[in-house]
Amino acid sequence: MINFSQINLVWLPVLPLVVIATAAMVVLLVGVRVDDEESDGLGWLALASIVIALVLALGIFGQSGIAFAGAIAIDSFSAFFELSILIAAALTVLMSLDYADEHRLPGAEYYSLLLFSVLGMMLMATASDLIVIFIGLETMSLAVYVLAGLLRRDPRSSEAAIKYFLLGAFSTGFLLYGIALIYGATGTIKLVAIHAALTGPLLSNPLLLLGLGLMLIGFGFKVAAVPFHMWTPDVYEGAPTPITAFMAVGVKIAAFAGFLRVFMVQLGPASAAWTDVMWAISALTMTVGNMLAIVQSNIKRMLAYSAIAHAGYILVALTAGGPQAGGAILYYLLGYAFTNLGAFAVVVALERRGAAGDQIADYRGLATRQPLMAAAMAIFLLSLLGIPPLVGFVGKFYLFNAAVHRGFVGLVVIGVLNSAASAYYYLSVVVAMYMQEGGFLEETRRSRPALVAAIAIALIGTVLIGIYPEPYFTAAGNAYQSAMSPEEVHAATAMAP
Amino acid sequence: MTTWFPVVVTLIVAGLVVGVMCTINMLLGPKRPSEIKGEAFECGNPPSGSAWGRFSVRFYLTAILFLVFDVEVIFLYPWAVEIRRLGMFGFVEALIFIVILAVGLIYAWQRGALDWD
Repeated sequence: MINFSQINLVWLPVLPLVVIATAAMVVLLVGVRVDDEESDGLGWLALASIVIALVLALGIFGQSGIAFAGAIAIDSFSAFFELSILIAAALTVLMSLDYADEHRLPGAEYYSLLLFSVLGMMLMATASDLIVIFIGLETMSLAVYVLAGLLRRDPRSSEAAIKYFLLGAFSTGFLLYGIALIYGATGTIKLVAIHAALTGPLLSNPLLLLGLGLMLIGFGFKVAAVPFHMWTPDVYEGAPTPITAFMAVGVKIAAFAGFLRVFMVQLGPASAAWTDVMWAISALTMTVGNMLAIVQSNIKRMLAYSAIAHAGYILVALTAGGPQAGGAILYYLLGYAFTNLGAFAVVVALERRGAAGDQIADYRGLATRQPLMAAAMAIFLLSLLGIPPLVGFVGKFYLFNAAVHRGFVGLVVIGVLNSAASAYYYLSVVVAMYMQEGGFLEETRRSRPALVAAIAIALIGTVLIGIYPEPYFTAAGNAYQSAMSPEEVHAATAMAP
Repeated sequence: MTTWFPVVVTLIVAGLVVGVMCTINMLLGPKRPSEIKGEAFECGNPPSGSAWGRFSVRFYLTAILFLVFDVEVIFLYPWAVEIRRLGMFGFVEALIFIVILAVGLIYAWQRGALDWD
């Protein structure tokens, strides 16, 4: 008999993953028997499993250890990211119920693929070696490629799926090649062991540097950093709107979870090699994202470029490094999840079948027709812009503050200037809603309770986490620290062959 | 290095044998090209139509389903060989793996991927 105890199988901390995986399969099998017009039940089933996973993930907070032979890290870092991802998934399901009915999306495929991509995201957040990060990334990406193309009668949706798939597969190749080279340089794929091995002459090993560069490209693509952002606007515009929201938030959170754990936590000792490159990517991402957002007339494209710009703000802190920046990124992503999903939920509420109503011009006069909806949208946009006391402001403040403390004043100046420039396109929507007449959407459709609930939850999150940031920021800081705890380093070195 | 030496020798010998045979064939073999020899090879049948002809999309489904079970076999053969050493734990793990694949198959079946008409 083989002794499996040394693999350290711990079931409780991976239960959220097991719940989501099981639910995805159940939804798939039950769903093939259900008509597309009656897919609501599948959505509620998916939502129930997400809520159960959410509760189970809370139990991971404060734990510390490595399981499954070093493949899975059990710490507050994974717990925090799993929570953010599950919140994003829950809001996505809530805003999908209405949309999936109206657009006759196949419920079985829609909700099970959504759950499978959540599974991949959570796996990425909790991975502790490079191969598991890769598996998580692929599970997430393959599901999202299909989701982007689910509006089969809409050529823009097919275009989105093809573009996303081809470029995504290409970038995955970069990431995998980078992993292979880092394995070649350090002799291990375990992140903690790589961290321990990065000393002395190895830091200038060309294999390691090349591997770092290739992994940077791979992650840069997934978080939509310039110059790897070309796919974003087309894919965001063509995909079903709830899926666009999910891509802009969920995929980004998961990609940053991997990015953060690999680059800031484990490859921190080699930061001299990548800080300058990251500086340039960050400055470019903010500037290009904001400049191109200004000229958009389609609200989904505008939010896509805005998502690129927000990745740039996060990269400012990633460039700076250090525990303060790490905590700031985690906090920012949590707030960003509520704010951005809220904005997209309003877009879903106002959109009509056949993609009418997604122009910024269609929002003219919304304040008189649907005052509550307009007010919610205004709050989300102001939070994205960074107006106190909303969460967008507090998050941006923490990000830039951390970067200033590490001496990256130039980058922060670029960030603040960009943030000011972004006022133009966020406020132009607010102006259209409150100060202009007309607009395309004459008939008012009664929004369904689930969608209203999604907007309400997002609104509460945006305001509450912004007004009272302390507990969330402390939790984020602790979560980041936990990924680095000495016990974990010790446990991993004891387990390494 | 020493452990890999036999592999390197095998690689070199294999390369040499193939290279020498191909070269001898090229130098000594008679060459009488004809129209029939120049045709595209379709398992002995006379070639018909263009290679860019359309064919049923169902072949793609069949190929995907085949791939799933192809990979399954790759995992299950080593498992079957080592089943005694892996014990109950290995049995349950493989069972989970098979169940997950079965879910995929049932889904494809229910969606009509196995019906040819």
